[in-house]
Parts: sequence; structure tokens; C-alpha cells
Amino acid sequence: MTARRGAPARAGGDPSAQDRPLLTVEGLTKRYGARIGCADVGFMLWPGEVMGIVGESGSGKSTLLGCLAGHIAPDAGRVIFDTRDRGPRDVLAMPEPERRMLARTDWAFVHQNPRDGLRMGVSAGANVGERLMAVGARHYGQIRGAARDWMARVEIDVGRIDDRPSAFSGGMQQRLQIARNLVTGPRLVFMDEPTGGLDVSVQARLLDLLRGLVRGMGLSAVVVTHDLAVVRLLSDRLMVMQGGRVVEQGLTDQVLDDPQHGYTQLLVSSVLQV
Amino acid sequence: MSEPKGPAERGKIVTEPEPISYNFAYLDEETKRMIRRALLKALAIPGYQVPFASREMPMPYGWGTGGVQVTAACLVPEDVLKVIDQGADDTTNAVSIRAFFARTAGVRTTTRTAEATIIQTRHRVPETPLREGQILVFQVPIPEPLRFLEPRETETRRMHALQDYGLMHVKLYEDIARHGEIATSYAYPVKVEGRYVMDPSPIPKFDNPKLSMCPAIQLFGAGREARIYALPPWTRVESLDFEDHPFTPSKADQACALCGAADSYLDEVITDDAGGRMFVCSDTDHCAGRRGEAS
Ligand SMILES: Nc1ncnc2c1ncn2[C@@H]1O[C@H](COP(=O)(O)OP(=O)(O)OP(=O)(O)O)[C@@H](O)[C@H]1O
Ligand SMILES: [Mg+2]
Ligand SMILES: [Zn+2]
Repeated sequence: MTARRGAPARAGGDPSAQDRPLLTVEGLTKRYGARIGCADVGFMLWPGEVMGIVGESGSGKSTLLGCLAGHIAPDAGRVIFDTRDRGPRDVLAMPEPERRMLARTDWAFVHQNPRDGLRMGVSAGANVGERLMAVGARHYGQIRGAARDWMARVEIDVGRIDDRPSAFSGGMQQRLQIARNLVTGPRLVFMDEPTGGLDVSVQARLLDLLRGLVRGMGLSAVVVTHDLAVVRLLSDRLMVMQGGRVVEQGLTDQVLDDPQHGYTQLLVSSVLQV
Repeated sequence: MSEPKGPAERGKIVTEPEPISYNFAYLDEETKRMIRRALLKALAIPGYQVPFASREMPMPYGWGTGGVQVTAACLVPEDVLKVIDQGADDTTNAVSIRAFFARTAGVRTTTRTAEATIIQTRHRVPETPLREGQILVFQVPIPEPLRFLEPRETETRRMHALQDYGLMHVKLYEDIARHGEIATSYAYPVKVEGRYVMDPSPIPKFDNPKLSMCPAIQLFGAGREARIYALPPWTRVESLDFEDHPFTPSKADQACALCGAADSYLDEVITDDAGGRMFVCSDTDHCAGRRGEAS
């Protein structure tokens, strides 16, 4: 399998980091009582690569993403992330403070519902600046400058920097959530249905924007979606989940154009598309 | 509750004690031991909020029952107690608490900062520099500095544990974005020894620098919220700010109309029915001392 490795090398990083996976997942399993959330999931994500996860409702996509991002404690498995300073580390074995630090620096999580990922009670500028302040930024002018810059990058009128997100449209809120997440220059972005709940025209614009940002910043990402159009546009590789298990994975085009598993064939033939 | 007793009356108490149905300083010894354990833990972890089993006191919560319990747990018969409310010794609240301890503990009371061994305070730090051996007890209404940003107690506890304090600066950022400056002027948040973010109680930010490297012990008691926290002597206390919007311990740009002090915290008081106003020291003992009236 040829993974795309077009990401620009980062200053100060380990030069060999481009030659090894950014994320290695092994045997990841989460049960809710007798019910399976996800079972025995394994994959590798390379620097600059986008992995799509598709599957019907209840197939375990959000559970898997939650386990990867440290929001849900899995019952078994390993999630090894290639950290900036200390190389590959098992995220699940990290002390909580270290994992939280990772979550607000090198990782980002874009929720389907922007309300879950934004602070609705403070201004757009403060929303974008929060992660910078959380990692020690103490210059108001610079924080505001970064907030302006990022609002422009996600195509929000910079004049709205002091408005609360509750005054924004759904599409703007989602773009603000993305800006808020990317401001610290993360290397890995988790997205759960980033275009879900938006109008089709708004979805297309957001998707274009995401694609530009992911490619431009050389981001690695894991994107959960119902929407095969999203994976076609964004992801290099694709995992198909059913009943908590991965039933097929491969290059996106291969999987979509020549599905091997019966379930994937149904999915692609759009019979199962929601 | 009676007015504070003069020296003559105090003497009378000693010779003809009223029937006393409570322990020294009102609280029973077991309760005082429980509070002292919390105080020791608080002193060992400066700025950390220690839960304690707050007791009902014979006064309403708004009257500083947290401070009263801390004072009760610290008092010994040799202590000299001063009680201030917003800097003044003669407000109802201060008078009542002073009288309460004069009666239940029989300790000497004073209005003079320099003479006191324990000072219970609501919303001020005395102007007279404190010294080693003194204890300053703050009455605290809301101990959690993150409360207004994150109402969930489980989450704020976790934020303290992980030093996840970005939110504090989010609040200051919002202040500057909205008002052009950090508008918080009371209960201005501080960081203790580079570790815990702490609410200094609703003192004016003018008083914040006095908390840092203070020779006295500073104890904070929140009765309704059942929390105790502390600053041991010589603790570094920094007010949160931005490099380009540094903390300023501002006060009214005036001098005291009574004593002429230009460096003490001032209250604006209305002097007559015609709306006349003047600025006077909020610390009445300090002002009186400067006017040579303290006796
Ligand atoms: N907190 C929970 N408690 C119990 N069962 C859960 C919980 N969360 C998820 N599940 C179950 O785990 C399985 C996977 O759910 P998950 O939410 O991961 O699916 P999904 O693929 O994200 O679905 P959707 O597309 O609807 O978001 C389902 O059977 C679901 O009912
Ligand atoms: Mg889901
Ligand atoms: Zn004065």
C-alpha cells in the first residue's frame, strides 16, 4: 500500500518521523456491557495522510474516534502516537496531564455539533485564542492577531471577532470550531461528521475549506462520516465498519470503485446511504 | 449580640462569668480539630481548596461563617483579635463578630492592626504591613475562581489538578476585548507559587500585591461552600495578566480627605443630603493612626 507522504517536514521535528507512522492503532476494543462499541480495530496513519471511516449508524465510528482521542477509555488495545519530543508513545498509558496537553497542542477534535466544540458564552476571538492561552500565550495583541488570522483563513468576517458564536450561522460556527482547533498547529485532527447537520450548499463550501487546510498544512486526520462524498474528497484511505469491526480498508478510490466486502458493495451502491 | 465591651466590662466578665453553655470560641474541640486539620493541609498546599465539614454558626452565611470558623479554630486565650469589614472596625458585621468572640472566647479585642495577633477581614487587607506571627483570616463567599467560567465542580477540580488554566485568561481576554482593559477590580484571580489559581476573596485588586511575600499567615474560609485555603508566610502570589496588559493595582486617583494619604485604598463617601462626596481611607485604623487619633 502506498501512503501519501507529501507533508512538509516540520522544523525542530525528528527528521526520521516522516518515515514512520504518526499513529499506530492495535486491537482497539470497547464494549458497553454486552454490546460491542468497536472491536479489534487496527490501522496505521502516516504523516500527512487522511483516513476516512464510514459505516452505518451504530457501526462504532464515534466509539472508535472517542477511544483514539482519549475521550473514551477502551477495554483493550494500544494507540501509539509519534510525539514531537519523545517519539512514539502509547497514548492510553500516558498520565492524564500529558494526554491533555497533547489534546490541546498536537491534536484537534472537531465535533459534529459545533456547540459541543465551542464556548458559546465567549466571543469568537476568545474561542480561537483559548488553546493558545491554554499553552501559555500571554500577549493579548498576538493572541488577537492569531484569532484574526484564523478567522480569515476559515472565511469568517474578521469584523465579527468580538461577537459570540451564538450569533453565527451553523456553517460559520463549524468554521469557527475548525479555526479554534487548528490555531495551535496540531499534527493530527479527529473529525466526527464535520459536515453533518449542515445544508448541502454549506457542506460543499466547508468541505472545500477543510480540504484546502488539510492539504495546505499537511495535516493528518481521521474523519468519520456517513457521506461517501466527504471521503472521496478528503481521505487518502478508507476503513469500512460494520457492527464495531473493520470489514474492509484500503485506498479510498480502490475501496469505493472496487469494493470487496459485501457490506461495502451495498454501501457503495448507495442502498445503505442515509 | 451586644456591643464590644470596654476594658472595664471585660474585667467584669472574668470575675462574674455569665453562665456559659458553649466551649472556648463557641465551637467544640472536635470541630476545631477537624478545621485545624483542614488548615494544616491548606498551608501545606498553598492555594489549594480543602473541603471541610462547615458548621452552622449562630449568624447568617453572608456574615462570614467560614471566616468565623477559621478564627475560632485558631484562637488561643492570649490572642488579641481585630475584625474589619471593608476596612472598617465599626460596621455592624465587624462589631458583631468581635463581640461574639469577646463573649465566647473572652479574648482581648483591638482596632489596631499592629496590636492584633488575629485579624478577621471581609474584603480588605489592612494598609499597615503585617508581620510574622500574625494571622489574617479572610471571609470568602465563592472560593472557586473558575466557577463563572465552568460551573461543573467535577470539571473545575480536574482543571486545578491538571493546571488547565487557559480559561482564566479567556476571561481576561474578554475583558480587554470588551472594555479595552482588564475590568475585573475585585476578587482579581491570582496564581500561587506558580501552581494553583486562587480567588483572593472580594478584596480590591489594589490589595493583591499585599498577599505576596507576606510575613503573616493568610487563611481563607468559605462557610456556605465549605472550603478552606491558605497562604503560608512568604508565599509568592501573582495576579494574572497579559504582557501587553499588565496587572495594575489601581485605586481612586485622589488623596484621603481626612489624613491626606495618597497611597491607601479610598472609599467614596457621601457627606450630605446635597450629594457632597469625598474620598477617605477605607482602612479606618490606618486613617486614624495617621491623624494621630489612635489611642
Ligand atoms: N454510551 C454508550 N452506552 C452504551 N452503548 C453505547 C454507547 N455509545 C455507543 N453505544 C453503542 O455502541 C455501538 C456503536 O455506537 P457509535 O455511537 O460508536 O456508532 P456510530 O457509528 O458513531 O453511529 P452514528 O453514525 O449513528 O453516529 C452502538 O451499538 C451504540 O448503541
Ligand atoms: Mg457517531
Ligand atoms: Zn485617611
